[in-house]
Amino acid sequence: MSENVEVKTLVIDGHEVSARRGQTILEVARENNIDIPTLCHLDGLSDVGACRMCLVEIAGNNKLLPACVATVSEGMQVTTSSERLQKHRRTILELLFAERNHVCSVCVANGHCELQSLAQDQGLTHVRLPYRNPDLHVDASHERFTLDHNRCILCTRCVRVCAEIEGAHVWDVMGRGINSMVITDLHEDWGSSSCTRCGKCVQVCPTGALFDKSKIGTSHPKYPDFLPYLNLMREAQ
Amino acid sequence: MNLEELELIARSVRQENAVYDYEVNVCMDLACASQGAEQLREALIATGDASDKKVLVRRTGCMGPCSSGPLVRVDPDEILYSHVKESHAEAIIQSLGSEPVPELQCDLNEHFDKQVRVVLENAGYIDPEKIDDYIARDGYKALMTALMEMTPYGVVHRITESGLRGRGGGGYPTGLKWGTVAKAGGDTKYVVCNGDEGDPGAFMDRSVMEGDPHRVIEGMAIAGYAVGASKGFIYVRAEYPVAVSRLTTAIREARRRGLLGNNLCGTTFNFDVEIRLGAGAFVCGEETALIASIEGKRGTPKPRPPYPAVNGLWGKPTLINNVETFANIPPIVRNGGKWFASMGSERSKGTKVFALTGKITNTGLVEVPMGIKLREIIEVIGGGVPGGHTFKAVQTGGPSGGCIPAEMLDLGVSYDALLNVGSIMGSGGMIVMDDTSCMVNVARFFVEFCMTESCGKCIPCRAGTAQMYRLLSRICEGSATMDDLSLLEDLCGTVKETSLCGLGMTAPNPVLSTLKYFRNEYIEHIVHKRCPAGVCNIQAPVEVLA
Repeated sequence: MSENVEVKTLVIDGHEVSARRGQTILEVARENNIDIPTLCHLDGLSDVGACRMCLVEIAGNNKLLPACVATVSEGMQVTTSSERLQKHRRTILELLFAERNHVCSVCVANGHCELQSLAQDQGLTHVRLPYRNPDLHVDASHERFTLDHNRCILCTRCVRVCAEIEGAHVWDVMGRGINSMVITDLHEDWGSSSCTRCGKCVQVCPTGALFDKSKIGTSHPKYPDFLPYLNLMREAQ
Repeated sequence: MNLEELELIARSVRQENAVYDYEVNVCMDLACASQGAEQLREALIATGDASDKKVLVRRTGCMGPCSSGPLVRVDPDEILYSHVKESHAEAIIQSLGSEPVPELQCDLNEHFDKQVRVVLENAGYIDPEKIDDYIARDGYKALMTALMEMTPYGVVHRITESGLRGRGGGGYPTGLKWGTVAKAGGDTKYVVCNGDEGDPGAFMDRSVMEGDPHRVIEGMAIAGYAVGASKGFIYVRAEYPVAVSRLTTAIREARRRGLLGNNLCGTTFNFDVEIRLGAGAFVCGEETALIASIEGKRGTPKPRPPYPAVNGLWGKPTLINNVETFANIPPIVRNGGKWFASMGSERSKGTKVFALTGKITNTGLVEVPMGIKLREIIEVIGGGVPGGHTFKAVQTGGPSGGCIPAEMLDLGVSYDALLNVGSIMGSGGMIVMDDTSCMVNVARFFVEFCMTESCGKCIPCRAGTAQMYRLLSRICEGSATMDDLSLLEDLCGTVKETSLCGLGMTAPNPVLSTLKYFRNEYIEHIVHKRCPAGVCNIQAPVEVLA
């Protein structure tokens, strides 16, 4: 470690912790076993601050900050869980469940889904909002994988892993607002796209939106933990 | 180019104009042009040439009261004619030197008397495609003065002293922003002008870019000198083709005159400007999304910090200001910060341009000192609500703002006062509503706008606005329950507090402000299934016979 590392001390949920300058609140919290819920964040990928699950309160700041991109500062006082934050997190999850067709009982990711686990962790028992029930299609043109727009939460992990790690940039987002969709290439079928078939996007997808065709039923565990290791080995080269 | 040469140009323009006895200025802004101002101008030129009077017919930018267009002002007597048609050309030319044409004269004295024109000082007096016209009205003098007589720090100090705050809506102190970019490290910095005016009913920036484009360029060049940038971008929406062509001409002219380019004024300072077109996304008015768009990426916002002042366009320190903010810079540098600070209220200095639209007699552009009462803007300058209707509310700040009810008309217009009542200053749109407007429907309109303009990146804005729209539609249709109303309020809180950028954070404002001041209208829709303004089409409930 270089000599000119600046160390900051801050307080997270009443615990005094130390951090290096430039670290995010999320990194520091997780180093100290303080859990902050996340959905679009994934270790090894760049952060976009889109899902708003990791919002935390900072003393003296009226605005809520996303822990995945907000960096630490000296003497910062962070609260990762409060009634206000819990309420917002549950509402955001409700918005996600009502946005597209998330039917856990018939989903390939049932039991391995980050959205489902988060809802359980946050104590979401029911959805008050009207379900939108949009008419979305399933792209099964790829020989190995399937894309089910009904389950997509637009976290853009697939977009980022394809561009940043695989270097292919097959995935992207099209459309605006509620009509946004992930697409391959310039909105071609996944099967006829320039996909390299590496399968990284499937492994990082938090829900059942991207899945492996060869698995049966709901035995679809995903292993996104390879990313930090991959990055470490690449840096070492 | 230096100050003496500028003075020479100005003098020669004045000499050329002195040949003419009369100047007939024809407003050629969009509203007037759409009613035949072009043909009118041609007719005036033809009639003027045919007569023995020496008449200069000049096309100008927006004169203000668009609803009275096409407008013609005859100088030196300053006689304003409204609703002028091609057929009136002869009468106007004939009247020169004698009594004005009575049937065309309009009484807009009250409309103009209350206004203070700083940003619009040249509107109606110069031909926007002639750089010499601008120079003759002290144009580029501020840039020359800054380059020759002031240090960059001195310029920042003057702006800070003026108390100017960002005119794009946020109201961030301009001097502070300039100071931050000036202090940021690195050799490459950028100046960006935000001309992506997207609020429904707002057209202040369009008018400035079309009517006085050099003012924006001069403001940007001064900013470049102050913060140490040598490259500027003007981001204009492609829906403003006239603004784009005027700016293109202006940049070309400025380069030709040596007012843009290398070694300006014989100093080591270089500055040039390029135009970038927006592709019709409201969210690209948000600064981080605008930067992404200029870089050629999908226009989606990024979390701040880091702010563009530190990490902006291509990762370099970037100064982003609105068109109107830049348009305020030349007069501040010319006349001093104290002069500017002497206008306006305690924490909001200077003047503000508003686009008055909706149910109001004098639709158009007005510039008023900050702190002026809303009542004066609407009843005196705007001429009140027409057609015998009564005023109900005024919406400021576009889809991010709120509705201010009649009881609050004595509010002084300033950033803080508007924020306190649940609205915002915004970029300057002012939509007046009368008793025929249903406030629930108005809220639904703005939420629909935000829903379709959301970029889709963060969940609260993407899905939250869609759900809000759904709940508001239920209320308008008469199928909502009181539970829906509390759900709506709950949702507004989450969208406001958790959205990634300003679009989402302010999207609930129209709902929250109408709920605050017109809650009874919501209740009428939900409980009694009736729309008090008679706008919403609610089917009468079917009576069930026992």
